[in-house]
Amino acid sequence: MRFRSHLFFLTGLWAGFTFIKLCVYYVPERGHLPTIHSSNGVAGNSHREKRLHLHPEEDGGGAAKLARKVRVLCWVMTVPKNLKTRTQHVRATWTQHCDKVLFMSSVNETSFPTVGLNVKEGRDQLYWKTIRAFQYIHQNHFEDADWFLKADDDTYVVLENLRYLLSKHDTEEPVYFGRRFHPFVRQGYMSGGAGYVLSREALRRFISGFATGKCTHTSPIEDLALGRCMEIMKVKAGDSRDASKRETFHAFPPEKHVVRKIPSKRSWYLSYDYYPTLEGPGCCSDLSVSFHYVPPKLMYELEYYTYHLRPYGYRYRFDPELAKRKLNHTSP
Amino acid sequence: MKMLSEGSSFLKGLLLGALFCLLLSLLGSLSSEPQPNTEHGDDHGDDHHHHHIKAPSKEELQRMPEDLRMQLSQNVRVYCAIMVQPKILNFWATAKDTWSKHCDKAVFYTSESAKALEAVDLQEKDEWPKIRKALKHAFENAGDLRWFFLARATTFAIIENLKHLLLIKDSSQAFYMGNVVKAGELEYVEYDSGIVFSYETLRQLVRIFNDEERCPERGRALWKLSEEKELALCLKYTGVYAENGEDSRGKGLFNKKSVSALISEGLAKSPSNVVENCCPDLAVTFGGMSPNQMQVMMFGVYRLRPYGHIYHDSLIFMPPEGSDND
Repeated sequence: MRFRSHLFFLTGLWAGFTFIKLCVYYVPERGHLPTIHSSNGVAGNSHREKRLHLHPEEDGGGAAKLARKVRVLCWVMTVPKNLKTRTQHVRATWTQHCDKVLFMSSVNETSFPTVGLNVKEGRDQLYWKTIRAFQYIHQNHFEDADWFLKADDDTYVVLENLRYLLSKHDTEEPVYFGRRFHPFVRQGYMSGGAGYVLSREALRRFISGFATGKCTHTSPIEDLALGRCMEIMKVKAGDSRDASKRETFHAFPPEKHVVRKIPSKRSWYLSYDYYPTLEGPGCCSDLSVSFHYVPPKLMYELEYYTYHLRPYGYRYRFDPELAKRKLNHTSP
Repeated sequence: MKMLSEGSSFLKGLLLGALFCLLLSLLGSLSSEPQPNTEHGDDHGDDHHHHHIKAPSKEELQRMPEDLRMQLSQNVRVYCAIMVQPKILNFWATAKDTWSKHCDKAVFYTSESAKALEAVDLQEKDEWPKIRKALKHAFENAGDLRWFFLARATTFAIIENLKHLLLIKDSSQAFYMGNVVKAGELEYVEYDSGIVFSYETLRQLVRIFNDEERCPERGRALWKLSEEKELALCLKYTGVYAENGEDSRGKGLFNKKSVSALISEGLAKSPSNVVENCCPDLAVTFGGMSPNQMQVMMFGVYRLRPYGHIYHDSLIFMPPEGSDND
């Protein structure tokens, strides 16, 4: 009888041991927390999150506040033959961060969608396209935004940095910003390829200029001609440089600006700059707004560099608010 | 009556067995990390048990007291050994001017000396003997640095992300890490995506360098193997295995291709979600980079960012002294 009870005891011992062992080793690992990846347009995500392109662990609080205050309408100058090769990549990347985006072409393409302006295609038509585009926007979308950005289909723009720049200015003032060039226009003009942005008052005056005949189609060189009209209509050419006096709009891709070169004869593209040109790290603000001559592949690279790739825990050298406070302290 | 006493014996046994087992497993989990040397014997040939090292998750880091986090981030320090040659002087100059400034110590190793090239002259043209000499030199000149990163001149590394990955790892454990590739039975770390060694691994490696049979100086004569495979074989004899460096979601952090190449591949495969599918946020390395691409990456990593996007990281890494492009 004692033998039997020992047997039961041992069986129980083995059973208990095995049961716990099974539980400990086969309970599934604590699963990964569900990632709220907001940038993929999953149903139910707020439009704001999608526009801000946030990561689950990221705090976009500052950017969100700015977005509500500074609404930007982006219009992209494009042509029918570029839609598949270039414009679709513009649509997939930076324009997602605009409050509103319009793709301006000579043909109405509802599937893309593009707006068909009453123009022909060609380099000599660029200023006509610009005039018609701004007229279309003024007529149909003037209340949709605080600022109006023009870009090419090979321009890459960082909207958050544009909003930050614009937040320090009043859109009811006649002013426009971009990569400031000279000569040809006394107060300077903005490079077309680097993108430029008009305040509400600036847009009103541009439209009124053409309505009254004060501005006319003086030249097919879009940026120059627009710059002349701006000067005529007393719209100020603004200074878009950051608190450390570094440029934010760029007429070339990052490689052309950032790479340190042996000082050589000033190339043609350097001589257009209104402000002294800086090469190497001083060329470009940390909070750069735009780059030009950006092919589609580079757009995705820049998107990755701007919004994704980062050094964990890194304390950035440039603190725009700190630089501004220092500036305010030293000025009389 | 009889059945009741039998039942109670059974229950007593059950309870005792269960408690005993719980105690054992509790003790087992307290003896921290897996020992690569002993565990791997069991996993031989079993593909499912991939050897990987994952970055600490946000939760793990937040659970740590702040002073411990600070201490750990200050203690993880990296010696970068970068392999150059006179004919690619531009790569040396660019690496010197860019990412290597974020290493605690960056030493360049060259096959031969040249004017203007500031590097340790190994006087060795063949790559594997060159690597052996470089690693030996690095080990002997480590000072108090306990992590080593070996890279080609065409690789760009983000040292902060490497430190984040190594934060809770123990340099007195023997393992080496990077992008792990399998060739037949051999798992090795790819050279092109950069190789990370713990101090203990280098110590064992330097020791086995003396074993001409297991780890011949000029590589195996019978069949020519790539340097990364020679390295893997030498390390295998010391029981050190290759670990794949991954983020907390299991995505590989070491890349032998450039961002540009990876984006191109992604675009060709699937035009939607190109950036999301490409590369992780906290990537450690990209290979096959030209000097110009490295300068752009320097700007893209350490400077270009969108205003208002803040990450509440659990560690702080300060910018290096005397540098202006970060």
